[in-house]
Amino acid sequence: MSLLSFFNRRTSAPVARERLQILLAHERGIVGGKPDLVAQLREEILAVVRRHVMVEQDNVQVKMNRDADISTLEIEIEIPGPAEARA
Amino acid sequence: MAKVLVVTSGKGGVGKTTSSAALGAALAHGGEKVVVIDFDVGLRNLDLVMGAERRVVFDLINVVQGDAKLNQALIRDKRMENLSLLPASQTRDKDALTEEGVARVLNELREKFDWIICDSPAGIERGATMAMRHADVAVVVTNPEVSSVRDSDRIIGLLDSKTELAEKGGRIEKHLLLTRYDPVRAERGEMLKVDDVLEILSIPLIGIIPESEEVLRASNVGSPVTLNNPASAPGRAYFDAVRRLKGETVELTIPTDKKGLFGKLFGRRAA
Repeated sequence: MSLLSFFNRRTSAPVARERLQILLAHERGIVGGKPDLVAQLREEILAVVRRHVMVEQDNVQVKMNRDADISTLEIEIEIPGPAEARA
Repeated sequence: MAKVLVVTSGKGGVGKTTSSAALGAALAHGGEKVVVIDFDVGLRNLDLVMGAERRVVFDLINVVQGDAKLNQALIRDKRMENLSLLPASQTRDKDALTEEGVARVLNELREKFDWIICDSPAGIERGATMAMRHADVAVVVTNPEVSSVRDSDRIIGLLDSKTELAEKGGRIEKHLLLTRYDPVRAERGEMLKVDDVLEILSIPLIGIIPESEEVLRASNVGSPVTLNNPASAPGRAYFDAVRRLKGETVELTIPTDKKGLFGKLFGRRAA
């Protein structure tokens, strides 16, 4: 391991934490017998946004965090730049 | 009123049997009458971890099927007379565990003991569902590692839907026991931290058992770590967990095995 990579080394625990949060939001929907809430939200949000702006399927990120006190729904939509949008 | 406690996890190898034995011995140390039941039919190990492997004559399946009386199958610990073990069968099939049979055995045990600890097998098959089926309290054993946390989440879902208590509209009391925790690696960002796991699983924490060579040392000699070395870091952590289980408020710390200067200089003692 070079000195540079030693200092640039990203810690792995935050990656584990984020992967788990996304995965479990997905799995809890399935196991609870409900439809996949996150996937459903993603589709519907995409449909609404597409009425006004053309966005790619892959540019919509839906994340759900569940906690004892507070749950959050995080939606990130990447909208194409002006040049791309006109094309 | 006797309490039925299931020690479960979903994933294998995270410390269910070690924890069942350690919690059982710690509860018994406090004067409670305790029985620990091995539900891992076909792959029993609680007898070995508790040092009673040569004393098994009858087992849980024999009692469930009416081939032996409960008193014939119960093995009383040689070190503590208020600690008993009900071993699993090594040769039979998990399907021999009927729901009615298990319920009958548990009801009989409720008359004799204060705590009935059900050591669940890994997985979500019959052995695991039978172990949790009649529980009042669950201890979910989790390692700070992605696959263990995911499986614990699944088990928590089952505890909330497939237990007798949940089906009657009640709520099973659930506690998280974080095992094999290394505070140094967690601090360096190499391991999920306590708060990460708690945030993801959202159940109250009952204890943090630090990674320690004392755990292997105890199982090598067939003695629960709380009995073999109560002053060790995992020993103290399990004793604290038991106090919380009984409703006491105990400040949450992660015990460490402090080595003196002599120990640091001259290495480890042999078991």
